[in-house]
Amino acid sequence: MTLYFTKEHEWLRVEGDSAVVGITKHAAEELGELVFVETRDAGTVVQAGDSIAVVESVKAASDIYAPVDGEVLESNAQLADDPARVSSDPEGEGWIVKFRLAKPEQLDALMDADAYAAFIA
Amino acid sequence: MSADSLLHTPLYNLHVDAGGKMVPFAGYAMPLNYADGIMAEHRHVRTHAGLFDVSHMGQVRLRARSGDGAAAAHALERLVPADIVSLKSGRQRYTQFTNEKGGILDDLMVARMGESLLLVINAACKAADIAHLQDELADCLVEVLEDRALLALQGPEAEAALARLAPSVRDMTFMEVREVDVGGALGIISRSGYTGEDGFEISVPALDASRVARKLLEQPEVKLIGLGARDSLRLEAGMCLYGSDIDETTTPVEAALEWSIQKSRRRGGVREGGFPGADVILAQLEEGVSRRRVGLLPEGRAPVRGGAPLYADGEFTTPLGKVTSGAFGPTAESPVAMAYVATDYAAPNTPVVAELRGRAVPAIVHVLPFVPARFKR
Repeated sequence: MTLYFTKEHEWLRVEGDSAVVGITKHAAEELGELVFVETRDAGTVVQAGDSIAVVESVKAASDIYAPVDGEVLESNAQLADDPARVSSDPEGEGWIVKFRLAKPEQLDALMDADAYAAFIA
Repeated sequence: MSADSLLHTPLYNLHVDAGGKMVPFAGYAMPLNYADGIMAEHRHVRTHAGLFDVSHMGQVRLRARSGDGAAAAHALERLVPADIVSLKSGRQRYTQFTNEKGGILDDLMVARMGESLLLVINAACKAADIAHLQDELADCLVEVLEDRALLALQGPEAEAALARLAPSVRDMTFMEVREVDVGGALGIISRSGYTGEDGFEISVPALDASRVARKLLEQPEVKLIGLGARDSLRLEAGMCLYGSDIDETTTPVEAALEWSIQKSRRRGGVREGGFPGADVILAQLEEGVSRRRVGLLPEGRAPVRGGAPLYADGEFTTPLGKVTSGAFGPTAESPVAMAYVATDYAAPNTPVVAELRGRAVPAIVHVLPFVPARFKR
C-alpha cells in the first residue's frame, strides 16, 4: 500500500522515503473553495501533529498537520497563484507538500482508503 | 447547543431540501452555504440576485399606549441616538441601542409605518433588546412579530426579480418601506440590505414564507445565499457585524457610525441627547476619540481575521489595536478586514502591520466600503 489517510482528512502518497501530502476530497468539500494556502518552508523538521500548512477559505483558516515525523522537502508552488486547485483536484494537482519520512513505521498507524471511507461514512 | 435544540426558521425545510450546510447561529439552525459555496454565492449576489433567509432576526412593532406615532418616536429616542421623531412614515433609518457608557447594546433598523415603529434587531440580542424596550418604555407596547419571516433579496437584478411578484417595488427608493402584496402574501418591504447592493428586505407572515421564497427562487436571476456569503458581502460593504465590529465596549463614534446621529440629537440640536450614554457620545462627537473603526487592506493573499493584533512596526513594539473582522473578499479579490486603530493611524492609506501566525503582514488603512455601494437613492 502506498496511499494512506489520516483522521485529520489528509492523504499521503509514499514515494520511496518521502511522501506527498494533501487534503482529501471530503475535506476539500467541507472547506469550500480555498483562497490561500501557506506552507512551512522546505527544510522545516516537524513531528507528527505539528502544523505543516494553513489552508484558508473565505470563512476560516484550517491547519494541516504533519501526519508523521519528518521534514518538509517542497511545497506545491502552483498554489500561491491558484489555491483553488486544492478545492478542484485535492488528491491530484492540489497536493500541498512533499515530506521526508523520518520514521516510516509510523505509517502503520494510518488508514488505508477503505478504512478512511468507513471513517467518513 | 445540540442540533436538536436549535430553533428553525419557517424556511428550514427549504434550506435542507436545497442542500444547505446547516450550522448553529444565534440559537438557530441556519445555512452557512449551499452546493455552489461561499465564493460563487457571493459573486452571484454582486452580479445577479441572491435570496437570504434572515428570519432569525427579531421583528418588533413598537406603539405608544396613547396610539400616537409621534409619541412612540419620542419614546424610542430615549434609547437610541438617531432622530426618530422626524422619520416620515414609509421611511427607515439605521441606529443603535446605547448603554450608559455610550457602548452599543445592539444595532437596528427602525421604520416608521403610520402610528407604529417597526424595528429589526439582531438574533443574538433579541431577548435582551425586547426586555430593554419593555423595561425602559413603559409608555409603549412592545409586540414581537414572531409570526413573521424575513427574507432579503439582494443584488443588481433584485428589483427585476421582485417586481414580477410585486410590481410597485420598482419605484421604491433606498430606505423606503411599504406594505406590499408579494405573490398573495401581506409583505412589508424595505429597500435596504446588508450587502452594499441594491435590494429589499421582505417581511411576510411565517405561513407564507416558504411559498414566497419558492416564487422568488423561480425567477431566473435568483439563487439561495447562505450566511457565509452574507458575512463576506457585508464586510466588503463596510457594514458592522454586532458582536465583532461593535459591542458594549465600542461607542458609535469610535465605530465611525456618527453619520447615523442626526443634528437634532447632537449638542445644540432641538432634542439634544436624552439617550443612554449621551454625555459620552456627544462629547466624543465634538472632541474626538482615541480609536476608530477603519477598513484594512492586507498585502498579499492571506486573510487577516478577527483578533489579529495590529502594530505600527514589523517588530511588534507599538500596538495600535486589533482586527475585528476579516476574510477574503471575493469581489475585492483580496483579503479585506475591519479594525480599531489608534486615531493617529486612522487616516486612509496609513501603513500598519498585522501579526499573522507570528509573521508581520503589512496592511494599509482603506476607506470603507471596499466595494462601492449601489443603493437606489
